[in-house]
Amino acid sequence: MNFEFDLGFSVIAPIIVISALFVVRAKNLIHAVLWLGATLLGTAALYARLNAPFLAGVQVLTYVGGVVTLMIFGVMVTRRHEGIEAEASSEGSERGLIFAAAFFVLLSVVIWKTAPVIPNPAPIATSAQLARVLLDDYLIAFEALSLLLLAAIVGAVVLVRRKDPEAVTKLRQGSALPLVNEVES
Amino acid sequence: MTLTSCLILAGAVMAIGIYGLVTRKQAVAMLLSVELMANAANMVFAAYGHFRGGPSAQVFVLFALAITVAEVAVGLALVMLLYRRHGDTTVDLASEARQ
Repeated sequence: MNFEFDLGFSVIAPIIVISALFVVRAKNLIHAVLWLGATLLGTAALYARLNAPFLAGVQVLTYVGGVVTLMIFGVMVTRRHEGIEAEASSEGSERGLIFAAAFFVLLSVVIWKTAPVIPNPAPIATSAQLARVLLDDYLIAFEALSLLLLAAIVGAVVLVRRKDPEAVTKLRQGSALPLVNEVES
Repeated sequence: MTLTSCLILAGAVMAIGIYGLVTRKQAVAMLLSVELMANAANMVFAAYGHFRGGPSAQVFVLFALAITVAEVAVGLALVMLLYRRHGDTTVDLASEARQ
């Protein structure tokens, strides 16, 4: 198994791993979300390196542009004080570390033993090919996916709009979002 | 860059996501860890698409992206409910379903 030196990959991979570590260790939730953005940008670079430029573009648009923005919105709406601290629980930390390390070692051993060596990368799949496959071979899945998205959006709206008789949160001073219960009662 | 190195990178990100999911208590932080794990799975698809050829693997990544976005929307709605009910987003508060 030969590992030829690859500058692009050897720059991208540490960026992804280090920023992923910051995502799970950062004390400030906003910082964690921003580190997730860095991880996803690194992944987009990896996609570009893997000859999937369309995927890289979609990754930047939906993940970095959409999901990270949504997450920051979620953190800001649900935080009580300025600069909320998201403490990683101390009692579960060692257990989590041991479990994750064991999982990684197991996975690495399995990959090392089984992954075949493919000498010549396959020809690049162009965006035109991608579109043809997406709207031809996988048309049913594509339509089912649009239904799933619709159901998810409607479900999210229904969940958030629902009245909760046991709600304890009071409308706080300076809170940006008035609660539905209090608006309607 | 070989298929093995890409798969090991994805495995590392997946392990980091599992670590975050186990150690974090805040619901939003746990959602972030789930995002990391989904991202690792997408990396595996993209790597196989590159080394094995054919556009199908990239189509799967596109589907997985859309599913992840739906998951984030519903997950954040649940976080909002948790916050509204308990005034905090620590998932230990949501243990009443066990009773």
